[in-house]
Amino acid sequence: MARLTINGKTLDLNVDPTTPLLWAIREQAGLTGTKYGCGIAQCGACTVHLDGAAIRSCVMPVSAAEGKKITTIEGLANGSTLHKVQKAWLDNQVPQCGYCQSGMIMAAAALLREKPKPTDADIDARITNICRCGTFQQVREAIHAAAKA
Amino acid sequence: MITTKLNRRSFVIGSTAVGAGLALGLKIPFGASVVRAQDGSPEVTAWVVIRPDDTVVIRIARSEMGQGTLTGLAQMVAEELECDWSKVKTEYPTPGQSVKRKRAWGDFSTGGSRGIRDSNQYVREGGAAARMMLIQAAANQWNVPVGECSAANSVITHKPSGRTVTYGKVAEAAAKLTPPEKPALKDPKDWKLIGKSVKRLDTMDKLNGAHVYGADLKMPGMLNAAIKDCPVFGGKVKSYEAAKVASMPGVKQVVQVGDSAVAVVAETWWQAKTALDALPIVWDEGPNKQVSSATIAEMLKEGLDADQAFVANRNGDVKAAIASAAKKIEAVYAYPFQNHAPMEPMNATAKYTPDRCEVWVPTQNGEAAFAATLAASGLPADKCEVYKINLGGGFGRRGAFHDYVTQAVLIAKQMPGTPVKLLWTREEDMLHGRYHPVMQCKLFAGFDSSNNLTALHMRLSGQSILTVVRPEALKDGMDPLTFQGLNPSGDFAIGYSVPNLLIDHAMRNTHVPPGFWRGVNINQNAIFLECFMDEMAHAVGQDPLEFRRKLMTKHPKHLAVLNAVADRAGWGKPAPKGVYRGLAQMMSFGSYVAACAEVSVTDGSKIKIQRIVAATDCGYAVNPAQIERQIAGSFVYGLSGVFLQECTVKDGHIEQTNFNNYDSMRIKQMPKVESIVMPSGGFWGGVGEPTICVAAPAVLNAYFAATGKRIRTYPLKNQGITLV
Repeated sequence: MARLTINGKTLDLNVDPTTPLLWAIREQAGLTGTKYGCGIAQCGACTVHLDGAAIRSCVMPVSAAEGKKITTIEGLANGSTLHKVQKAWLDNQVPQCGYCQSGMIMAAAALLREKPKPTDADIDARITNICRCGTFQQVREAIHAAAKA
Repeated sequence: MITTKLNRRSFVIGSTAVGAGLALGLKIPFGASVVRAQDGSPEVTAWVVIRPDDTVVIRIARSEMGQGTLTGLAQMVAEELECDWSKVKTEYPTPGQSVKRKRAWGDFSTGGSRGIRDSNQYVREGGAAARMMLIQAAANQWNVPVGECSAANSVITHKPSGRTVTYGKVAEAAAKLTPPEKPALKDPKDWKLIGKSVKRLDTMDKLNGAHVYGADLKMPGMLNAAIKDCPVFGGKVKSYEAAKVASMPGVKQVVQVGDSAVAVVAETWWQAKTALDALPIVWDEGPNKQVSSATIAEMLKEGLDADQAFVANRNGDVKAAIASAAKKIEAVYAYPFQNHAPMEPMNATAKYTPDRCEVWVPTQNGEAAFAATLAASGLPADKCEVYKINLGGGFGRRGAFHDYVTQAVLIAKQMPGTPVKLLWTREEDMLHGRYHPVMQCKLFAGFDSSNNLTALHMRLSGQSILTVVRPEALKDGMDPLTFQGLNPSGDFAIGYSVPNLLIDHAMRNTHVPPGFWRGVNINQNAIFLECFMDEMAHAVGQDPLEFRRKLMTKHPKHLAVLNAVADRAGWGKPAPKGVYRGLAQMMSFGSYVAACAEVSVTDGSKIKIQRIVAATDCGYAVNPAQIERQIAGSFVYGLSGVFLQECTVKDGHIEQTNFNNYDSMRIKQMPKVESIVMPSGGFWGGVGEPTICVAAPAVLNAYFAATGKRIRTYPLKNQGITLV
């Protein structure tokens, strides 16, 4: 069993405490917006916020997330109002297949929270997610656009 | 290994088994019986459903996997339909419906950059026919001549009286009319929607986690499966000890899948994966265990000088011309196996009973997934159905190959009535790809005493994709796909005229299964040809652009894109300090593409790509903003390949297991890409793939300009070169 707080809701989940947080989010909490890409913290598709910071949930056991505030892509918007990163993503038409984009958006939102006006170097250092469709040019433009919003 | 070829025979048998009475299509009158969508709305043509609230549902037969074809195809239908674009939605017809309706939507296959270029005519006709029927229905209702009525923005107007009616009000009546035989299409100069960078129709759900990919499927009572196939291609399962994991949490069943794989089925996927990792499996690896990258390279090397080869392009007498040349050069290049590695690993969900088999799968080809379902289930077409689910990338892996569908059905057959979702680990995905073919190339050039190129011989040695995937497409044993970009004419025509030319292929196949990797054979062919062009120009002390131009006088479209990138990049003018330029051009998938790369190099080995100027003439540009994204995206895929990616073979299996040893470009390595979309009209070229091939040779030629070093074996990481 694990007690997790995801997107403001506290859930008691029937899950082995060693299970990666990613799989508890997807399979026990039923929130499938957070993606499995590699399972070894290389690609970033599984990025969520833990107390506001971007983490790769595929290598974090649920036990380490208990008592912390977890935000997934489903909880990023404020009700029907898009987060400024989502809005910039929409305006800049960033996603292609979209599979990596949940993680990319969560990484960008965490970056902007910490550095509201990131430089290109900040983006290079902090956005390390893999996108096989190659949306990077639009990702960079959208992060700068969100910073101005 | 479980191999599922696109089994056309079983598909055709399945198709004919369906009752003919259900057949309906664009050209067959519907009569009074209206075909209805699931919600009861009338279908005006196979492509267009209109709801009473004026919502327009456009059917899309091809698969959206990020490339934007869903939006582009909808634009094509809507252009002729004259509907309100803000009311357009899309849906996929199912392969089962297609069989029942004699392929009313044509080909489902989404590969070879064919989505729009192959279907543009009939999807526009589907929209035009619907518009004509809607106008006719309104004219009938008003009892006025149809010629007095017109349609725009989903509203039909009777000009003399000013009466109007919306599409939703007459759709029911329109659906009962006989479709016109050959609806006339607009002149391209009158297009309002085609050519416009409208926003994609499928973005919002990709921003909030709502977009459901195959890996995300949930259904009542569903179980989850994880699988291991024999790591050595062609090997088999010898034994496994199911009892060792039977009592692990959530485990429901351990099943053998075909003769080469074992799967664990559990309540959750993580439980299935955990138990599979603990399951002792003994493999019978078979004779392929002896094969390694070194043995494969030796085999290809032998082909470079072999007497026998398939000839695809020949004029003059190359051997004599080279023998008598005043100056000669030669070079050998080598391109590795590569995995597609789409972000979403392979998966499929299947539910089987003796009376029905259903599959939910992210696929580039619903019909091929359907064929795999029939073959694996053993059921006829009218007892099977495939539902296409969103793809987390395809790049060719999910088109001609449905090994994961076969596996899912074989698992589901052992648990009748229970839906089972099979999801591969990334490791399974890396070990069981359909790899970019391995290829070497030896090039010879001869020049006369005035430094004119008189002879060029390109000898390819390596794998044929079609020999494995579609042997019926071979021509007297030759694989024509091997020569993409090097043919005398057609969609993959070479852009140079050389007095004595020979391009041939010594086919050397391996046990590693080849596949269609984004761009397919243009990736290596463009490197071989365009880097050697650069080598030849330098060998005779000529500017690489001017050297090419002399050979391109009979290839004006190739030349136009090359000139466009050279002009935009400022070729011939000084580059910024420390920045060096390189060029490449190619024709592929019906489009003419070129690139000029600008790089800077530190310590002789750290390459920073400052900028790539790219141009494409794809004939018609349906959505320029999406084309720009395909150009930049294809560069990420192609440059990741040439810098970072190689699948090596040891003891018969692929050594790379995940993104830690099979890396992919990140944002910090992304160059600025400036796209020139320059459609010249009169033909339909592809978009998703063509540009992929010009980034790598342009960058390699720029690296030579910067360092004087010519790297001919890839990926570059093996030569100590990094992309920064």
